[in-house]
Amino acid sequence: MSALLNVKDMTHYFGGLRAVNNYNLNIEPKQITGLIGPNGAGKTTIFNLITGVYTPTKGNIHLQGENIKGLDTNKIAAKGLGRTFQNLALWRHMNVLDHIKMAHYSQLTYGLFGSFFNTPACRRQESEIRENAYRLLELFGVDQFADQLVGNLPYGAQRRVEMARAMATNPKILFLDEPTAGMTPDELVQMIKIIRQVHETFGVAIFLIEHRMKFVMELCEFIQTLVFGEIIAEGPPEEIQNNPEVIEAYLGKEDVT
Amino acid sequence: MEFVEKFKRMFSNVPMLGWLLGALTAVLIEYFFGYDYISYILQLPKIPVLFGTLIMLKEPMMIPSALAYDLIVYVLPILLVAKATAFATNPVAMLLEKIPLILSVILHLALFYLVLHVWAEINDYRELIVRLTMICIILTISINVINGYQGEFSCSHPGFMALGAYTCSILTLVLFVNDRMFGEALLPAWLGPWIFPFTLIAGGIVAALGSLLVAIPSFRTRGDYLAIISLAFLFIVKSAVENLQIIGGSRGMGGQPEYATLPVIFIWTILCIWIIHNFVTSIMGKALNAVRDDEAAAESMTVATRKTKMTAFMFGAFWAGIAGGLFAHVLSYINPGTFSINRLAEILAMVYFGGLNSIIGSIVGAVTINVLGEALRPLELFKWIIIPLILIFVMIFRPYGLISFKEINAKKLLRAKYKREQGA
Ligand SMILES: Nc1ncnc2c1ncn2[C@@H]1O[C@H](COP(=O)(O)OP(=O)(O)OP(=O)(O)O)[C@@H](O)[C@H]1O
Ligand SMILES: [Mg+2]
Repeated sequence: MSALLNVKDMTHYFGGLRAVNNYNLNIEPKQITGLIGPNGAGKTTIFNLITGVYTPTKGNIHLQGENIKGLDTNKIAAKGLGRTFQNLALWRHMNVLDHIKMAHYSQLTYGLFGSFFNTPACRRQESEIRENAYRLLELFGVDQFADQLVGNLPYGAQRRVEMARAMATNPKILFLDEPTAGMTPDELVQMIKIIRQVHETFGVAIFLIEHRMKFVMELCEFIQTLVFGEIIAEGPPEEIQNNPEVIEAYLGKEDVT
Repeated sequence: MEFVEKFKRMFSNVPMLGWLLGALTAVLIEYFFGYDYISYILQLPKIPVLFGTLIMLKEPMMIPSALAYDLIVYVLPILLVAKATAFATNPVAMLLEKIPLILSVILHLALFYLVLHVWAEINDYRELIVRLTMICIILTISINVINGYQGEFSCSHPGFMALGAYTCSILTLVLFVNDRMFGEALLPAWLGPWIFPFTLIAGGIVAALGSLLVAIPSFRTRGDYLAIISLAFLFIVKSAVENLQIIGGSRGMGGQPEYATLPVIFIWTILCIWIIHNFVTSIMGKALNAVRDDEAAAESMTVATRKTKMTAFMFGAFWAGIAGGLFAHVLSYINPGTFSINRLAEILAMVYFGGLNSIIGSIVGAVTINVLGEALRPLELFKWIIIPLILIFVMIFRPYGLISFKEINAKKLLRAKYKREQGA
C-alpha cells in the first residue's frame, strides 16, 4: 500500500454500456504514466471515475491509502488530484490571473465573514495567493496575459493556462487529458518541455492521456493501452511499442506522428 | 461627437471632489433661491420635482421654462464650480490619497449624502423617490448576485423581499407599537430606532433561510427549470401571506413606524454596496463566476459548488430581505400585492438594463429605471411602452446590459486629476 494512487478492479457501466472493465492502476510518487487507446476506449471515463465526476459501479480507489471513492469531486481535487480537460474547460468571463487564483479555493482560510468585511486576514491571504498565481503564470509562460479574458488567448496558451490552473490546486498527481490535442508540432515540442519542467519543479506524479506516440514514448515511464474499456497491454514504452496486440488494436488504425 | 470630446477634455481635470462641490452648490442654490426667485421668474408654479420632466410632459408650454430652470440651477453651477475649483480640489484630492482609502471614501460619501439630503429636503415626494430608489439599488445589486454573478435565472426576489418585510414589520409592531393586531408594545418606543437594525437583520435571515427552498433545487437543475421553481416560490410566499389572517391576510399590514428615514436607508445602501463589493471581488465570491461559467471545471478546481450556490442564494436573499424591511418602514404599509409579479418585472428590468456581474451597473440600472418610471408617470399607459422599448434596445446592443462585468475601483474614482497640463 505504498503507492500514491491505487485503483483496484474498477468497473463502470453507463446504463447498459460497459465503459470500463476491471481496471487496475498503481501510481508511484513522481512517476509519469501514460494511458493510450483508440477513440471511445474509455480513457476520459477513467479520469472522470478517479477524480470523482462519476462514482464507479464497482472497485476501489485509494489515494495514499485513503479510500476516496464516492467523495465529492471538489474534495478529491483538494486531496491532491489536479486535472485538465480534453476540450478546454476554462471560465470564459474570467481573466487569466483569476483562473489561477480560483484554483486556490480549497486553501482559503478566511471564510465568508472575512470576504464580506475584507478583514486583514482576508487581504493577507488574497495577496499571498496573488503572488503565487503570478509565479505559476511565469512558470508556464503566460504571465503577459494575466489580465486578459481567456478567450482572447492563442490556443496553445489556453492549454498552458489550464495546466497552470491545475497546478494551483497543489496536486500530488496531475491528470492531463490529451494535453497536445490540436497543437502544431512546434507547440508539441514546447509542451513536452513544459511537462518535464513541471515534473521537475514540483516533483508531482503525472498521469496523461495521449494520442501522439512520440509524445507518450518520450515522456512516460509506464504505459497502459486501453481498448473497449479493458487494458490489453501495460509496461514500459519499449515493450508497448513492440507489442503486436497494441500495434494491431491501436497503432495500426491511428495516424501516429 | 467632436463637441463631446472637447467637453470631456475640458473637464478631465476635475476630481470627484470637484463634482461633489459643484453638486452641493447647485442644491444649495435651489434650496435658498429655487422657489422665491428662480421658479418665480420663470413662472413655474413650484420647484420642479424631477428636473421638470413631470411638468414638461403635462404642459408642453412650460418646456422652455423647465429647461431654463435645469440650466440655471443644476447644469451651470455644477460645471462652473467644478471647473473653477479644480485648482483647489486637486491638491486636496492628492492629500486624501495619502490617508487610508476607507477614510477618503467616507469623507466623499459624507459630502455626497449632504448633497442628497439638501436636494431631497425640498419636498416630500422627492424624498420618497430618493428613499425608494435606494431600496431598489439594494434589490438590484442583490438579485445581481444570483442572476448575474451566479448566473441563475431566479424569479423569487419579491418573495425574499416579502419574507424580510413581514418578519421585520411583525417584530417592530410587536415590540414598539400599540396596535390591534399584536396588542400592547413590549418595549418603550424610544428604543425602536436602535433595535430596528436588528429587526431588519432578522428579516434578512428569514429571507435567507427561505431561499434554501430555491437554492437546493439549483444543485441539480438550472436555466428554465430553476426559473419555474423560483417563480413557484414567489407564488407560494404570496399566497401563504394572503391566507395568514393573523398577519392581515390580503388586507395587508400597516402602522409600521417610519424608522427607515433617508440617512438610515443611505447607510444600509452603502453597507450593502460595500459588503457585496468585497464579496464579489474576493476569490470566495469569484467562485460564483466559476460555477456559472463551467461548473465541472469549478468542481475539479476544488470549488465547493453546492456551498457556493447556497451562499449566492442566501446572500442575495438576505439583502432582498433587508430591502423588504426598509420598504415596509418607508410606506408604513405592506400587503401581498406589493410583492407580486409586477415587482419582479421591475427588479428584472433594473438588473438586466443596468448590467450583469457589475455593482455599478446595478446602481445605474436601479436609478435609471426608477427615475424614468417616476418622470414618465404623466404618460400613464405609455410609460409601459417606453420602458420596455428602452430595455429591448439595450438588450440588442449590449446583451449583458449597460455596464456589465465591471467593478468599482474607489481609488481610481477618487484620485486627483492633472490631465490639463498634459493637454495644454
Ligand atoms: N456520461 C456518459 N454517458 C453515457 N456514455 C458515456 C458517457 N461518457 C462517455 N460515454 C461513453 O463511454 C465510452 C468511452 O468514452 P470516453 O470519452 O471515455 O472515451 P475516450 O477514450 O476518452 O475517447 P477519445 O479518445 O475520443 O477522447 C464511449 O462509448 C462514450 O460514448
Ligand atoms: Mg477522451
